[in-house]
Amino acid sequence: MKLEDYSWIVLLLPLAAAAIITLFTQRHGKLSAQISIAAVATSFLLSLFLLITLRETSHAISAINWLAIGNLKVEIGLRLDHLSLLMLLIVTGVGGAIHVYSWGYMQADRCVSRYFASLSLFTFSMLGIVLANNFVMMFIFWELVGVSSYLLIGFWYEKASAADAAKKAFITNRLGDFGFLLGIILIWATLGSVEFDALKTTLAAHPAALGSMAGVAGLLIFCGAMGKSAQFPLHVWLPDAMEGPTPVSALIHAATMVAAGVYMLCRVFFLYEAAPAWPECLAFLNGITALNIISWIGGFTALLAALIAVQQNDIKRILAYSTLSQLGYMVMAVGLAAPGAGMFHLTTHAFFKALLFLGAGSVIHALHHEQDIWKMGGLKKKMPVTFWTFLVGTLALCGVPPFSGFYSKDAILAAAADPVHGNVGLFILAVLVAALTTFYMFRLIFVAFLGPVKDQAVDQALESPGIMVWPLRLLAVPSVLAGFWGLELFIGGAFGETAHALSWHEKIFAPLNHSPLAALFGLFATMVGLGAAWQLYAKAVQDPLPEKLGLLSRAMRNRFYFDEIYRVLIAITHELLSRLANWFDRWIVAGLMVRGTHGTTELFGRALRLAQTGNLQTYAFLFAAGVVLVLWFVLGH
Amino acid sequence: MNVGLEHYLLVSAALFSLGLLGVIMRRNLLVIYMSLELMLNAANLALVAFSRFNNNLDGQVMVFFIITVAAAEVSVGLALIVALYRKRASAHVEDLTTMKL
Repeated sequence: MKLEDYSWIVLLLPLAAAAIITLFTQRHGKLSAQISIAAVATSFLLSLFLLITLRETSHAISAINWLAIGNLKVEIGLRLDHLSLLMLLIVTGVGGAIHVYSWGYMQADRCVSRYFASLSLFTFSMLGIVLANNFVMMFIFWELVGVSSYLLIGFWYEKASAADAAKKAFITNRLGDFGFLLGIILIWATLGSVEFDALKTTLAAHPAALGSMAGVAGLLIFCGAMGKSAQFPLHVWLPDAMEGPTPVSALIHAATMVAAGVYMLCRVFFLYEAAPAWPECLAFLNGITALNIISWIGGFTALLAALIAVQQNDIKRILAYSTLSQLGYMVMAVGLAAPGAGMFHLTTHAFFKALLFLGAGSVIHALHHEQDIWKMGGLKKKMPVTFWTFLVGTLALCGVPPFSGFYSKDAILAAAADPVHGNVGLFILAVLVAALTTFYMFRLIFVAFLGPVKDQAVDQALESPGIMVWPLRLLAVPSVLAGFWGLELFIGGAFGETAHALSWHEKIFAPLNHSPLAALFGLFATMVGLGAAWQLYAKAVQDPLPEKLGLLSRAMRNRFYFDEIYRVLIAITHELLSRLANWFDRWIVAGLMVRGTHGTTELFGRALRLAQTGNLQTYAFLFAAGVVLVLWFVLGH
Repeated sequence: MNVGLEHYLLVSAALFSLGLLGVIMRRNLLVIYMSLELMLNAANLALVAFSRFNNNLDGQVMVFFIITVAAAEVSVGLALIVALYRKRASAHVEDLTTMKL
């Protein structure tokens, strides 16, 4: 057995766990949880082992042929390189912590087995995306992730809002996936392969191999990322997905699934390095590359979500919009031709956002499912561990040095300030978002943890049990340290960047040497945000912003009315389409075709029936007449 | 007067037409049945005449077969008619319209 073949075990263990739980241990919640946790923990250890042994190799592939139809050859192949090894570690590592935490959080639930089966299925699907070595396999697991996310968001399916949110997430994702599938077909049709390695070689040899479809293919593939990573205009599903259990929000809607889009963009980044070109009908896009469009969509999403987050009151929704905003950052980084920076931020974000979500879950658990931050306050004294770890996550998210977020955010800001690929507009936007991020996160901290107690429920709050607190502590460690571990250089290896070794104390100050402008602006933005939040919320009992901003605040609170706009738009188009379909069905299909066929047949039947008298002699007469006719024809001519 | 082939054929055609007319016009099943026999014999007559005037015995052999088959047919047909009469107490074609649904 070669070394890379162990990755099959990493992939299949969670699936086995899901199968065993579903088939055998439905009734034993504790056993199910143990199986699920054991599977993901073993996967984690194996991933760690693979990372350590394979870190020097550029990539290794273990594949079996799956199907071959004509020119289309599809493998089920696992690709191990820097990118996938790192992502394996995130999925199984953060996932493992969340599995453990879930046992604490979900213990009281009746259907805890179903929960852990779905969680394991999700882990399996996510690992499939990470390890896939071709587009078709990636797409299959892409859809599987969609399904397991549906199962988990709608876990409390008795609640109408949860069931609706699950449907919304699934359908919105399908919209993006449709584009993704079209992109895959387009690439296969023009380049004749779906395998990443083969595609990369082809495109490296002939950068113009995609011809005038390069831009379109890039955008179609991006559609998939737009759905999964919840980029504008498909961002609406993510905040609603918070209806699922909080550990699910942490695992799927913060650390892993939503990162899949960014990961996929990094994985196929070579597509975007091809010569940009547009077909005739899109000639107005000449001069703009697909990457430009992607970067602006990312930047816009980041700003939009940050603005909305400022005026949300539900602790999970604040974090959800924050996730959207950070995903916008990552997508923007990819669009700025810095996939390394995007992956770096993805990694650090996975740690601290999972930490923040689990912290929020701990608070929600302690307050008996109260999620409104204006009914909290003073939780610092009641829940010290949750508070301190939450603070660590917040500082990392806001980009305070030396927390991990500082380094990854700085890498993105540096990419935006880059003289070649950068863009001044996006740089300003990114700095603004950084300030907003600090502002809304410290608003949350001040209102929920520090400020005056606003509700009696807080007095009864207790720190969560050890099984929930330990994952918080565990996740806090990488949230602090991940920045200067040299992760960036490790990821850079995946994109062929040369690594130059720095000692760890040099790494701490690397951003200031590397791109002082970006680092200083980032720090300045953080301080502005912190100052503003302190000014407004340090002692606030109710939100002062609605008075100051008026209409804008209301728009932010109502998420800029996106859901309402979509509802109206969908109502109009859907209504129109259904009317059209109804008319077509009623008049063309049912009327003309079904009833038409039936009508003419019946008419002929009725006419022919008249000829059938049942009288023997009439038949004989007709027969004789016929014979005469035939004879006349044969002999007469 | 010299009797030629066409005279025989004319008689045969007349007999055949009379038989057909009987089949179409008459009401009684038995009469219809006899008319059918008449048509068969008209055909026999034509065959024998052709055989005689062409100096070829094939036609006469054919006639023997026809007579044999006709005898068999008559017995089956008469049996059917008797059965029908017992069941319906009528041998008129107007009463036999069960072919019409």
